[in-house]
Amino acid sequence: MAAMNSVAERRADFPVLTQTVHGKPLVYLDTGASAQKPRAVLEAMQSFYEREYANIHRGVHELSARATERYETVRGDVRRFLNAAHADEIVFTHGATEAINLVAQGWGRTFLKAGDEVLVTQLEHHANIVPWQLLQQQTGITLRVVPITPDGDVLIADVAAALSPRTKLVAVAHVSNALGTVLPVAAIAEMAHEAGALILIDGCQAASHMSVDVQALGADFYVFAGHKLYGPTGIGVLYGRRDILNAMPPYQGGGDMIESVRFSGTTFREPPYRFEAGTPPIVEVIGLGAALAYVNAIGLDNIARHEDLLLRYATEKLSAIEGLRIIGTAPRKAGIVSFVMANIHPHDIGTILDRHGIAIRAGHHCAQPVMEALGLPATARASFGLYNTTADIDALAAAVIRARELFA
Amino acid sequence: MNDTPLNDDLRDLYQDLILDHGKHPRNFRVLDGANREALGHNPLCGDRLVLSLKVDADNVVRDAAFQGSGCAISTASASMMTEMLKGRSVAEVEKLFDYFHALCTGATPSAEGVAADDVERLNALAGVRHYPVRVKCATLAWHTLRNALVPSDEKKASTE
Ligand SMILES: Cc1ncc(COP(=O)(O)O)c(C=O)c1O
Repeated sequence: MAAMNSVAERRADFPVLTQTVHGKPLVYLDTGASAQKPRAVLEAMQSFYEREYANIHRGVHELSARATERYETVRGDVRRFLNAAHADEIVFTHGATEAINLVAQGWGRTFLKAGDEVLVTQLEHHANIVPWQLLQQQTGITLRVVPITPDGDVLIADVAAALSPRTKLVAVAHVSNALGTVLPVAAIAEMAHEAGALILIDGCQAASHMSVDVQALGADFYVFAGHKLYGPTGIGVLYGRRDILNAMPPYQGGGDMIESVRFSGTTFREPPYRFEAGTPPIVEVIGLGAALAYVNAIGLDNIARHEDLLLRYATEKLSAIEGLRIIGTAPRKAGIVSFVMANIHPHDIGTILDRHGIAIRAGHHCAQPVMEALGLPATARASFGLYNTTADIDALAAAVIRARELFA
Repeated sequence: MNDTPLNDDLRDLYQDLILDHGKHPRNFRVLDGANREALGHNPLCGDRLVLSLKVDADNVVRDAAFQGSGCAISTASASMMTEMLKGRSVAEVEKLFDYFHALCTGATPSAEGVAADDVERLNALAGVRHYPVRVKCATLAWHTLRNALVPSDEKKASTE
């Protein structure tokens, strides 16, 4: 069974990992930016194109019926993956960014007014900041920010202090993409609800690292991206509680989302279709379904355990390197190590590691407020996936030491 | 890991001269009495520098200094540039810019009108042409310089 698979066997599932880069075996430590794809995902998409492809929800013909069925089956798979109560609470979008914008424009613009507050944290990805700033310009809401600690953590007490009767939505990351911090989202959800606010959880960095139960978390909205979960690009998921989605107007207008269109007035379909205007990313949904099956076969708990091991190993190994400082030392972290080095800019680290065949990310990680809060222009970030090994981390540490030697 | 050749390859980019300027940038200070300045910013990696110049009535650069934060390549490039600028006319600076830009972007640079020792100094950064994603680091200071010299409303260079 796949659950018994060794990491070596899992690696063999990922064609991209077998290549060399600059003459060195590729060491891929940038899963936080995007995960590589197992053959099962590539084959599912290819085979769907070859055998079942047609537009959905609109044909009486056989292929359209089959494609529609496959598409809707994945909706059920996502429901199970998130432990949502109902499949109609799962909306397919073109990405996580679109999912957050859908909430900002569909829900925020409808129900919020000047003086209402949206609360975010200082460690959000730009995708969970800018949509609220746009909403601010449109409606005059106030955007409030919960500060992070020097460890890169978000304290419940700071969230409590920032909540007020004016807070209508708390929008927080489940896991920080810049630092790997795991936020206490269940506690934050409880506090938000007590204050009369809803909570949106940005699960982009969480869904691939831990099992997620939106009901247990108390999430009103939960978003994630297919491409960070070993699935294709161009597909995102918005989970929204049924009663909330039911009350929301459409986000975009077009085909598929309507009940009837007349110039005297158009009526819209029920959720989730109301929010899926136009031809959706059909094949990407099929790919996401294959990715979920792949991840489920290994088991998210196994993946979490594996990545936790890698995280601890990497933290220990990197900490031992003179002049290296790990950025983000919150007690709960997942799958990500950010670091800086004395006298070497992260960008130079990135180039040197690249020449060793090691792919990491160097920069602000689309989280400039995090960098500002910590007083850094950038960090180097290694992020782990189910295919990484301690040997990958050994290679990382060795190359970092060579970088230090080069700059000595 | 036995990767001496690898370090040789990286040495093509990170030459001693570059590493030295990156670590100990020259003219890294506030320039009193500056009459031209521009902000350079590379949004992709967060490199940011403020370039300040003293340009006289004859359009000759009398002094140049910079401040900011960036990687070794952008810092070294800015440092070496400020060393070259003193006593240069705006027209000469334009020639240096063209030469350097061509050098970094992989075009065949024409050294016409550029002094041999300027060519040698600028060539120290030629390794960057083999690192396409780093070209912007090397050219940031020079784009910023251009913005400082060409009076415009928008005093902000961006490599994006
Ligand atoms: C925490 C977080 N939120 C949102 C996003 C945006 O995802 P996408 O660009 O795939 O829409 C990312 C991806 O980098 C992320 O890491």
